[in-house]
Amino acid sequence: MQTIAKYLPQHPFFAGLDESVASLVAGCAVNVHFRAGQHLFHEGEPADTFYVIRHGRVSIEVHAPAGPPVVVDSAHDDDVVGWSWLVPPYRWTFDARATDETSAIAFDGACLRATCEADPAVGYALLQRVVKVMSTRLHSARIRLLDLYGVPT
Amino acid sequence: MTALAGRGPGAPPVGDPFLPRPFVVRRHRQDTRDTYTLVLEPVDGSPMGFAAGQFTMMHAFSAGEAPISISGDPARPDLLEHTIRNVGAVTRALVHSAPGTELGIRGPFGTGWEVSSGRGGDVVFVAGGIGLAPLRPAILEVCAARADYGRVLLLYGARTPEDILFGDDLHRWGADHGIDVQVTVDNGQHAWRGRVGLVTQLIARGGFDAETTLALVCGPEVMMRYAAAALADRGVPRARVRLSMERNMKCGVGLCGHCQLREFFLCVDGPVLTYEVLEPLMARAEL
Repeated sequence: MQTIAKYLPQHPFFAGLDESVASLVAGCAVNVHFRAGQHLFHEGEPADTFYVIRHGRVSIEVHAPAGPPVVVDSAHDDDVVGWSWLVPPYRWTFDARATDETSAIAFDGACLRATCEADPAVGYALLQRVVKVMSTRLHSARIRLLDLYGVPT
Repeated sequence: MTALAGRGPGAPPVGDPFLPRPFVVRRHRQDTRDTYTLVLEPVDGSPMGFAAGQFTMMHAFSAGEAPISISGDPARPDLLEHTIRNVGAVTRALVHSAPGTELGIRGPFGTGWEVSSGRGGDVVFVAGGIGLAPLRPAILEVCAARADYGRVLLLYGARTPEDILFGDDLHRWGADHGIDVQVTVDNGQHAWRGRVGLVTQLIARGGFDAETTLALVCGPEVMMRYAAAALADRGVPRARVRLSMERNMKCGVGLCGHCQLREFFLCVDGPVLTYEVLEPLMARAEL
């Protein structure tokens, strides 16, 4: 079976990452599996994990008082889920729920933060990748706010 | 101007371009909450050939005229198909035209997608909202000669799952023609099992050989701007990214100037133009 350290460079998020860095961060990771319907995390809970999706689908949701949760984003094969582990106060700001059988690699947030603090080069490499994800999702959210496909005004 | 624009040729309008030809509605289908498809036949029985990407001016008698892209199969010039969103007085009259209603048609007008120039390479269709309708004829053209093309992707963004157009087609194009159909919605409900997010995120995932790719993009202009930029970022040559521009088409023959985009009259020089030509124009809010 392929080790996490061997797998990581194949994942788009880690593409181009030095092999030694991949080995280092792999020390913070375990393989996890979610059944359809199972939550990865809930809003308000401590954000102690960073998920790299291998296969499956995860809904990023906001629950509302009436009616079903609103899905604000989704993550699929080769995506990542969660950056609140990196940003104080380290609490999830949304729910994340597997809607299909989902295989992922779960990184311990505290371990990743400690690794980044111990080696700023590793920290910078990881931060560049996380910021790119954040930037893409922020852009997506802003454009969707425009409701471009709504009725023209 | 043709060479500069890199536009595809379109079929010329039939007869006097200012005189609507009578067509009769044969079939009427509601696609979504506000979008309908009409299948029309010419009253005189003479087919109206068209190139994928062209539009007509549709006339609802007593209501007025509106430019509508052709959404039907170019191989079936005997049936004229239009997919229309109900957004105003004229389109309201059009979408409520029951079978048997006579409508006037001028055209076809404008340039085509010229998808056949992508033979031998990959093709990426990027559609947003009702922008899938003008792309449908080009997709059907590719399906009819599927072996001539490499990987074919259809990346489609809709507002909600209920707003997804041509659901049966999407399934068939994937299952029967090996098209990689990826659909994403802006707002997903709990029961939606597909993607939620922006259509440009699908471009970033790749799955096509950028250098040989022909990309055809249709949707709201802001969406097209970001989609074209994402395609260029992936390495698709700007001259091989074609966009269908929408302005206030009126005469259809490049006289009135209602659809002018700097030096282009989009009713004759467009609607399909390359990103190479459009990039500097789309960056100018004044245009």
